[in-house]
Amino acid sequence: MTALLETQALEARYGDFQALFGIDLALQDGETVAIIGANGAGKSTLLRTICGLNAAAPEAVRHRGQAIGGAAPEAIVARGIALVPEGRRLFLSLTVEENLLMGAYAKRPGPWTLQRVYRLFPVLEERRRVSGIQLSGGQQQMVAIGRALMANPEILLCDELSLGLAPIIIRDVYAALPAIKAEGTAVVVVEQDINQALAVAGRVYCLMAGRVTLQGRPEELDRERIRAAYFGV
Amino acid sequence: MTGAIDTILQGTLLGGLYALFAAGLSLIFGVMRLVNIAHGDLIVLAAYTAFLAVQLTGIDPLSSLIIVVPVMFVIGYALQRGLLNATLGRGILPPLLVTFGLSIIIQNALLQGFSADSRKLLLGPFETASIPLGPDLAIGWFPLLIFATAVVVIAALQALLHRTRIGRAFRAVSDDPETARLYGVDHRHLFAMAMGVALAVVSFAGVFLAIRTNFDPAIGPARLLFAFEAVIIGGLGSLWGTLAGGVILGIAQTVGAKIDPAWQLLAGHIAFLLVLIFRPRGLFPRAVD
Ligand SMILES: Nc1ncnc2c1ncn2[C@@H]1O[C@H](COP(=O)(O)OP(=O)(O)O)[C@@H](O)[C@H]1O
Ligand SMILES: [Mg+2]
Repeated sequence: MTALLETQALEARYGDFQALFGIDLALQDGETVAIIGANGAGKSTLLRTICGLNAAAPEAVRHRGQAIGGAAPEAIVARGIALVPEGRRLFLSLTVEENLLMGAYAKRPGPWTLQRVYRLFPVLEERRRVSGIQLSGGQQQMVAIGRALMANPEILLCDELSLGLAPIIIRDVYAALPAIKAEGTAVVVVEQDINQALAVAGRVYCLMAGRVTLQGRPEELDRERIRAAYFGV
Repeated sequence: MTGAIDTILQGTLLGGLYALFAAGLSLIFGVMRLVNIAHGDLIVLAAYTAFLAVQLTGIDPLSSLIIVVPVMFVIGYALQRGLLNATLGRGILPPLLVTFGLSIIIQNALLQGFSADSRKLLLGPFETASIPLGPDLAIGWFPLLIFATAVVVIAALQALLHRTRIGRAFRAVSDDPETARLYGVDHRHLFAMAMGVALAVVSFAGVFLAIRTNFDPAIGPARLLFAFEAVIIGGLGSLWGTLAGGVILGIAQTVGAKIDPAWQLLAGHIAFLLVLIFRPRGLFPRAVD
């Protein structure tokens, strides 16, 4: 069976610095996978490379068997791979609603519309005319998720949804995942928060210094091994 | 008293022309943070395009806009796509150097093609017709047309930016080009469209300039200076601010000229400096930067 998304011997560099070494990763239809790892492990680089923001060899990334490594981000989102970027990256001079509409710029058909996103995050409808800077961190994260959903992705890549949020807010944000998965969307969550990642994922990859150091189902992985893979001790 | 009102009125109307000089510059800076040193020469290029259209087809100068606007749009698109896009994202120097070079190339090409002779487009009696408002007070039809065009053009640009899909994408790219790409915005195409729109606006500036005064290939840099001052006075990235900036510049110059004709330009520069001293971000700066 061809995987929905696959990386094979994926490498990434920033100038002379190599950030990823031979990453092999697979994602099946409808699956939720977590990528954990300490700060600087290469998690964001991995997602950015899949999305076409960083260069890659064509064969290193495959979507339904087709080589897409190094393709332009515009082409990747049109195929149904959308990123919720690290740090949310809202368009700050645009309103909440305009941010969401930007997510639909590629006009990919699918279940997600403004109404549907507002049903998932009712607070955004109340604040639809407000600029992104006037939102709380949790609301900003909801806009970032909603904007990516508006692209109607079959693969949603989320980079540190919990970054800088209070635990109770993190719970609210993650509460959206079941409704997203119910549409058949496969999800990749990148997290430094191990517990959060283990709670939602069917499979986990642990990254350290640009290499996969551990992978498996959450129930197969005991805490000691995760700690070793995460911190390298 | 009427003298003062007359000065303010003429200055305001002149400000409409400066706003037309400046609107394209403001749009381009707002969307892609590009300072286009060749902007004034592109205004002059539009004037010569109109001159050529009038010569070749016998059309009247105002109607020549039907030809000049699309021609300048295409030139803008091609210029951005073929040349200026390559200068972006590498710091502030490359776009400055390349547009400076472009300015010199346009001036010399116009000099080759049209000589250094000064030209003017003739509109007939409408050029000097005016509406009397009182014993010593009259308002010219043609300056009024320029000002009304400036208001309409700026309102149209504002609507484009805030009510259309492509305008939304212009603003998104201006905020964060990388993230815009993630959702399917091809920034190279979008920047080219923005330059096309800017040069469509420049067409109005060029045609009005060519009807209002004599022009020759060398007058571009001075128009760039007026446009630049209007944009800075109004506040970077604000289009209505650019109109206000044009009006303030126009009034300052008219007042200066009233005191002593040699003071016209100097008074404009002094107004510009005063705004820079007291409001370094201009009068109506954009909320987010
Ligand atoms: N734009 C960049 N230029 C140079 N090095 C970078 C850049 N972005 C990330 N890196 C480096 O690449 C490595 C991986 O970074 P990143 O993917 O952001 O890690 P993570 O998301 O796991 O915290 C780090 O060592 C980081 O310093
Ligand atoms: Mg990261």
